[in-house]
Formats: sequence, C-alpha cells, structure tokens
Amino acid sequence: MSTIARTWALVVKDARSELRTRYAMNALVMFVITSVATILFAMREDQASPELLAGMYWVVVFFSSMSGLSRIFVSEEEKGTALALQLIASPTVVYVGKLLFNCGLTLLLTLAVTVLYLIVFPGFVVASFDIFAVTWLLGSLGLASAATIIAAIIARANTRGTLYPVLSFPVLIPLLMTVMRSTIRALAGEPFENAFGEFQVLFSYLLVMTGGSYLLFEHVWKD
Amino acid sequence: MRIVKVLSIILITFVLIAGIAIPLSPAPQGLFEFPIIPGLEDKARNIFYHVPIAWTTVLAFLVSMWYGYRYLRTRSIDDDLKSVSSAGLGFMLCILATVTGSLWAKFNWGSFWNWDPRETSIFVLLLIYGAYFALRSALASDEARARLSAVYAIIAGLTVPFFIFVLPRMVAGLHPGAKGDVDGSGPVLEFKMAPNMRVVFFSSLIGFTLFYIWLLTLRIRAARLEHHVADQHS
Repeated sequence: MSTIARTWALVVKDARSELRTRYAMNALVMFVITSVATILFAMREDQASPELLAGMYWVVVFFSSMSGLSRIFVSEEEKGTALALQLIASPTVVYVGKLLFNCGLTLLLTLAVTVLYLIVFPGFVVASFDIFAVTWLLGSLGLASAATIIAAIIARANTRGTLYPVLSFPVLIPLLMTVMRSTIRALAGEPFENAFGEFQVLFSYLLVMTGGSYLLFEHVWKD
Repeated sequence: MRIVKVLSIILITFVLIAGIAIPLSPAPQGLFEFPIIPGLEDKARNIFYHVPIAWTTVLAFLVSMWYGYRYLRTRSIDDDLKSVSSAGLGFMLCILATVTGSLWAKFNWGSFWNWDPRETSIFVLLLIYGAYFALRSALASDEARARLSAVYAIIAGLTVPFFIFVLPRMVAGLHPGAKGDVDGSGPVLEFKMAPNMRVVFFSSLIGFTLFYIWLLTLRIRAARLEHHVADQHS
C-alpha cells in the first residue's frame, strides 16, 4: 500500500469507529448546545454587540473542541490499540491520518456553531461572507493542527481530561486572538482586503504548527 | 562558577544601590545624576529591574527549550534535568517580571493590567510554564515525562515569534515599540538612554543573566543528586 492509501485507510478506520460509537460527535454537539444555552441564560434579553458575539463564538468553539478532539489519541490508548498502530504504520501516516480526521471534525464543529449562532443570536449577521469563510477554514484547520499534537502529548498522561485545555490554551492564543479580530471584520461587513493581515497570521500559524508537529510527532508517538 | 557568583552579587548590589540612590535632576551634570524623563520621573528606575528580569525570563525559556531539544536527540536524562531546572527558574523570574511590570503599569498607565501586547505575551509565558509543570506532574515514568514535556516546550516555543513580531504590530500597545509609537514600532528599539543610566542598565542585564546562570548550575547539581538518590532507592 502506498503512503497515501495507508493514511486514507487510517482516516476511514477512525471515521468508521466514530460513526459506530458517535462518542466525539455526541460530546461535541452536546457541549456546543450547553455552552450556547449558558450564554443565552447569561445575556437574558440583552442584545450583545457583534464584537462580543464574535468573541463568544470562538469561546464556544475552543471549549467544545477541547471536549472532543483529544478522543482521537485517547481512544487508541484506552482500547489498547496504540501499540498495534505503532507496529503497522509509520509515525507520518499516523500523524497525517489523525490530523485529517480532526480537521474534518473541527470543520463540522465550527459549521454547527455557526448555524446555531445564526439561529439564536439576531446580532450575529455575517455581512462579509468571504472574510468569514476564509476565517472559518483557516481558523478550524489551525485549531485542529494544534489540538492534534497536544492530544498526542496528553494521551499518555493520567489526568488528561483537565490537562487538555490547560496545555492547548497557551498554544492557541495567537490563533484565537486573530480569528476573533477577523470575525469582527466579517460581522462588520468590511471589504475582503482588510482582513489580509489576519489571514497571513492564520496561514503562517497553520504552517508553523503543522510543520513543527510533523517533525516532533515521532518523539511523541514512539516509546 | 565562583567568578559568576561573585560577579553577579557585585553587579546586582551595585544596581540596587545606584538605581535607587542616584538622584534625578532636570539638567543632569556628571555621573551621579539621572535626567528626569517627563511622565516617568522616579518610576523610570524600574527599568533597571523589570527589563533585565523579563529578558532573563525569556532566556530561561529558550535554554529550557534548547535542552528539551537536546534530550530528544540524545535521550540522556541529564539534558532533561537541565531543561526542567531552567524552566523552574524561568517560572520564578516570569512571576517577578509580571509583578514588577504590573506595579509599573499601575503607576504609569493607571491600572495593574491593560492587555497590552507585551503584557499578553508575559501572561502566555506564565500559562506555558504552568502547563509545562502540570504536564510533568501528570506523567508517571521519567522517560515519558522528559520526552513529552520536551515536545510541549518546543511546540509552545513555536508560538513565541507570533507574540514578539506579529502581535505588537497588529494591536495598539503601551510599551515602547508598539504599534502607534512615535519612535517607530518593531521588536528592536532605538536606544535612547543617558550614558550613566545605560551603565546601570547593562550592569543589571549582565548581573541578572549571571545570577540566572549561577542559580541554574546550583539547581542542576541539586536535580542530579535527587535523581541519583531516587535511583538508589528504587
């Protein structure tokens, strides 16, 4: 089997096991609903400004992803299949496969949060669709990239549930600050060129994180 | 090592005395008067302590990262001991830099915390150190602890350029070199300091760096002994 075919086989295996148990998806969906409901309770009848909603959007995305994205490595560790995977696949295949799966999951997650926000918050109107679409894509991929390597790191630790957001947050701050800024631009209806600075940061963040993880993954994965 | 110890004590003592005792004057004459900087006045003295401590914090993090990287190559536990010793010192210095900076911010900018880009960066560095030690305490085996914490230090280090080069240009700030500064923005500042202040400042920079090196060697020796004792008992 070629490397691409192996990687794809791993993604399909993870997707199949996820569709059978729906563990990560259920956790993500419930977390999104719970946190949006909490925000609605907190705001009562007040109409939040678009700036606040743009920030809250990524707060929900961050904490929801922290509830589900570590699953990808933790489940291998819990089921005792990590060793088998180490034997049959190279670290590169494992890393790229897991990263692709998490990217897909994060894109679905942010899409779900977007739909929910459009329904429940009248102030959340995407005026610049193009800025929002690029932010959604680059933001989700960057988030998935950082979340994947941290998930691999914490899979071996004994307090992984609490450790995951603690370890991810400092690494994700540059990304979160940037996506919040460009989401504000999208809601304010600014022209596409205005968000180029943010896109450059997001793109370089994605490259740096993925490149760094790719180089270091071998040390995390192999004992 | 003796020379490092003695020199750091001499330099820091000199900085403590000179930085506090030399009077300010509107028209400074000779070596023993500092100029008055409008808006800063006596608060300008904090630059002799806050900036060198902040510099040493970053140095400690880089050293920790470097030995983490070395560990991944050599897999010798000694490199991990060096890495964690430096991280521990960096954490302490980071708290000191945050406190001295926060106090300075209160008296110059009006509040203890303003989310200026540099304040954000030091806050993130505090979080990284905290997360690093939380990760270490959650891993049972020496080998996994050394390996995974080294990887985490490097991954966290990858975000540092964003804080140093990118963020200050995007967000308006209060520190010199921030976006909107009249003297131009960027990580490298044009140095405008009276010559005698410069002497105290650079003595402090060297003094705190040597102090860090001295404490680092002490901590590494202690860590080696602890490791040795733990080995004997197991």
